[in-house]
Amino acid sequence: MPLIAVPLHGGSARGEVLRLAAPLSFWGGTDHDGLIIDAHHPQHGLSVTGRVLVMASGRGSSSSSYVLAEQLRRGTGPAAIVLAESDAIIALGVMVADELYGIATPVVQVAPGDLAALTTGLTVTVAADGERGVAQISPCPSSVQ
Amino acid sequence: MALTVTPVEQAMLDGAQGPGVAMAMRVVTGLARVRGAARLVEIGSAHIDGCLYHGQVGLDFATRLRDLGARVTVPTTLNVGSLDLLHPGLVRGDTPEQREVLGAGRALMDAYVALGARPTWTCAPYQFDARPAFGEHVAWAESNAIAFCNSVLGARTDRYGDFLDICAAVTGRAPYAGLHTDEARLGDVLIDCTTIPDHVLRLDLSMPLLGYLVGSVVGTRNPVLIGLSGDVTEDGLKAFGAAAASSGGVAMFHVVGVTPEAPDLESAFGTREPAECINITADDLVRARHELTTATGDRLDVVSVGTPHASLDEIATLARLLDHGSSIAPHVDFYLSTGRSVLAEAERLGHVRALEASGIRIVVDTCTYVTSILRPDARVAMTNSGKWAHYAPGNLGVGVVLAGLSECVESARAGRVLIDDNLLR
Repeated sequence: MPLIAVPLHGGSARGEVLRLAAPLSFWGGTDHDGLIIDAHHPQHGLSVTGRVLVMASGRGSSSSSYVLAEQLRRGTGPAAIVLAESDAIIALGVMVADELYGIATPVVQVAPGDLAALTTGLTVTVAADGERGVAQISPCPSSVQ
Repeated sequence: MALTVTPVEQAMLDGAQGPGVAMAMRVVTGLARVRGAARLVEIGSAHIDGCLYHGQVGLDFATRLRDLGARVTVPTTLNVGSLDLLHPGLVRGDTPEQREVLGAGRALMDAYVALGARPTWTCAPYQFDARPAFGEHVAWAESNAIAFCNSVLGARTDRYGDFLDICAAVTGRAPYAGLHTDEARLGDVLIDCTTIPDHVLRLDLSMPLLGYLVGSVVGTRNPVLIGLSGDVTEDGLKAFGAAAASSGGVAMFHVVGVTPEAPDLESAFGTREPAECINITADDLVRARHELTTATGDRLDVVSVGTPHASLDEIATLARLLDHGSSIAPHVDFYLSTGRSVLAEAERLGHVRALEASGIRIVVDTCTYVTSILRPDARVAMTNSGKWAHYAPGNLGVGVVLAGLSECVESARAGRVLIDDNLLR
């Protein structure tokens, strides 16, 4: 069953879920290669590159928009981002990469209770239509046990 | 809530004012939708933080807007860049990474000037270059400038940063959300400083420590301070706000009896009840100094003051402290960061000659913790800034000692760390 979500930025992507145990600040928390470098983060050392990044909320400095946009330019950013809270800093970074490079990375918001269904390692498709205001997250057949 | 735009704003989106304005308006309205704003608000000025180089995307964005013919439409000041344009050679170009910053960082600064922004290159535009009126809506970026603008001037800006800042300056619009609205400006947490003795509160050392403590406790909520007397200076509020914005995410604070939206407690909280009440004591200030001080022992390589950029009063105080007594120890590099407008005024008043005669190295247009200025073998730096102390260990890999301005001068002369916690008791 697909999860219904609210689109924060339109796009469509498929990838393996990385669900974060704590909010992540892209600035100071990740590097240009997409690695989580925040020593205090429980998933320190993992890579966000190509993953469907799932977290309750973003965190920290407005410079995170810049770092996320730079990762998307380099091809080291996440494939999609799923949040339980609207986040202007993340949305702005994705918007800029779309304006400049035509990289449409879907960012969607789901109900907090739906995060648990998105377990790390699951392959999903995230489709967000900003114009129509609809989005959904569907498990890919290959990853259904 | 759906976003409604005016006919003029719709025409901007449709390209009536060119493709650069349309691009900027797409970003402003896109963010307004994410923020849940029902409309945009016209702004009176903008302050831009996007002119500091962090990677190619920043340069691509500014040059795209420029090439599409965009120009700022409101008075726009610029925060620090990666280079000191008045003192070439101050920022290092020893490694390939540093040389990339020198080249691309300069191109980025040039692009923002080409977009029509004023080359003020300061994180403290409120000292000299721009003082928005009480109640005026503006779009300011950079966390200390945002906190000062909202709290001390009573002008209204939300927490803006790279990209949105220039798009707001080009369109003259910002999303009507967050700290633009009355509701979001009210106090959340009561901070009681009444037990801290007046002679301690009057120390310049106390304000960054207080800011660091308050930011750590309140996060992004709005603190309301009581117990500070009316003679707290703008420099004190600058140091407080910069530290609170770094350790937490404070963008609006009230000091009852001092800041313009808090003539009394009732005005600061409006109809709300404080979500929390926190006492801060002189002992807490001592503890905060120890937390921010990561260096041990008395080794000293560098002193850096002026983050946010030093005011004319702070420069005059430094000149006075240096006027009598011995010179700075030869192995200590002493940096003063300030804005070029303030420097010109300090020069006119004769302070600069006195500082240079004492061996002070003056930095403008940038800051010692955001670009490569310190000598590579520097291990311990002393600063009077809570913000510098918070970021420098991560950015520069140095150990830090937080101290008052007079402790900085005494330590620089002695060539070793000399601090006294009894000052705070």
